[in-house]
Amino acid sequence: MKPMTETQWMTRVIKPVVFVMCLVPLAWLLWDGLTRHLGANPVETLNHRTGIWTLRLLLITLTVTPLRRLTGWNNLIRLRRMLGLYVFFYACLHFLTWLVFDHFFDVHEIVKDIIKRPYITVGFLAFVLLIPLAVTSTKTWVKRLGSRWARLHRLVYVIATGGALHFLWLVKADVREPVVYGSILAVLLAYRAWRRRSMPLPIGRMVRQ
Amino acid sequence: MLIKVKRHGEVSSSEITPQGLYLDRRRFLRLGAGGVLSAAALSGGLWKPAVAGVKLSHVAKGPYDTREELTPYESVTTYNNFYEFGTDKEDPSRLAGNLRPRPWKVVVDGEVAKPGTYDFDELIRPHALQERVYRLRCVEAWSMVIPWDGFPLADLLKRFEPTSRAKFVRFETLYDPHQFPGQRRSVLDWPYVEGLRMDEAMHPLTLLAVGLYGEVLPNQDGAPLRLVVPWKYGFKSIKSIVKISLVEKMPLNTWAKSAPNEYGFFANVNPRVDHPRWSQAKERRIGDFFKRDTLMFNGYAEEVAHLYAGMDLRAFF
Repeated sequence: MKPMTETQWMTRVIKPVVFVMCLVPLAWLLWDGLTRHLGANPVETLNHRTGIWTLRLLLITLTVTPLRRLTGWNNLIRLRRMLGLYVFFYACLHFLTWLVFDHFFDVHEIVKDIIKRPYITVGFLAFVLLIPLAVTSTKTWVKRLGSRWARLHRLVYVIATGGALHFLWLVKADVREPVVYGSILAVLLAYRAWRRRSMPLPIGRMVRQ
Repeated sequence: MLIKVKRHGEVSSSEITPQGLYLDRRRFLRLGAGGVLSAAALSGGLWKPAVAGVKLSHVAKGPYDTREELTPYESVTTYNNFYEFGTDKEDPSRLAGNLRPRPWKVVVDGEVAKPGTYDFDELIRPHALQERVYRLRCVEAWSMVIPWDGFPLADLLKRFEPTSRAKFVRFETLYDPHQFPGQRRSVLDWPYVEGLRMDEAMHPLTLLAVGLYGEVLPNQDGAPLRLVVPWKYGFKSIKSIVKISLVEKMPLNTWAKSAPNEYGFFANVNPRVDHPRWSQAKERRIGDFFKRDTLMFNGYAEEVAHLYAGMDLRAFF
């Protein structure tokens, strides 16, 4: 048997493993739900845990490119779309728990909440902005949009900032955790800013997946 | 460290104050010989349920009952805010093991005829305990129904004879980072301070609690002595009290100091005045999936609305 190439290793082993790993938080949540381990306020736990995993996966997704550049392991890029779609998946779950359990589809209350509460405003905007990114994640859309694709997907920086603010603005007094996430995001964004400054490459250079 | 929290009913019979002794004490008090000092001298040691979870004997059924379903003991003792232990709602039950609710001293000072430092047992001995089932509404929009054991704050305050200059009551929680690990970080300006206007403090609904579910108050719920003001958001109901001061000026309570545009002194439950960052119109009763409407003054409007007649509740939130 021929040894696997580096690309095959990525697509046949690492990618499926990461795919399953990304489902672990959900499986864990379901398990805790079935065994009644979601605590005294299960809806809140559901909401918090889907939210925190959205943010974690978003930060992991944003780590792919710097890690690829720093290590030279270019095949890492093959994980990026999948990770990004998982961000959207957990964001949908998070949004649904709010929609169903907090408001039970009461449109009037939902609109009021979005307009009046800054943390919900930014969270909702971040979620809405994720939709075009998820839709245009297919190969067809990448081709169709050409160099505009990369520009469009730079929205992810806005989304991530919105997500971090969403977390920061909802806590009462203990900002430790949101500050940790915000700091990681700041490092990831600073790396990109620094790179653009130090080596101005043509914007939107395509990377085939 | 493994912390063993006694579950409901998990009490060895040796820990329970014999009913005979208890009844003797009651009879003694009823005979009218209940001066604080003589009571302490004669019945010393009879009031002894110092361990969390130990059954309190002879708690009379008090007024202000509610027919709503009680929040399970498990939820009341594992899900709450007590930032002295930590900012997660599971932190109090997890980290409460270091708090020593005995011996415990309470200072009563300020505008009173009889200021002093009192041992906890001595302080509460003259009071007959009663059960009060109250709704508790947290400012975070969740709520519970809890059977407290305690006595009206008014009864205690009267014993120390507040002067005419006493306009407010200021309460303080113990400050001791060894017992309260959450106090090692300055999330809030320790010690925790709360306050009530005199008429609020003297209101018959305002309770000093020493137990819940008929058992000695668990550490995580504010042992050994806490306030319960059911028509106000939960943060007003200060826990593990070490100081009660009668004062002339409105005290600055900890959350109002921390975020003055978000938390006020009055903090009356009010579905029409939102927290700047979230709505107060609805609440999730612990155990429910969907939210229910929040009631004005948490459903105690009939009893307390008159205290705020003519006040702009938007300005005095």
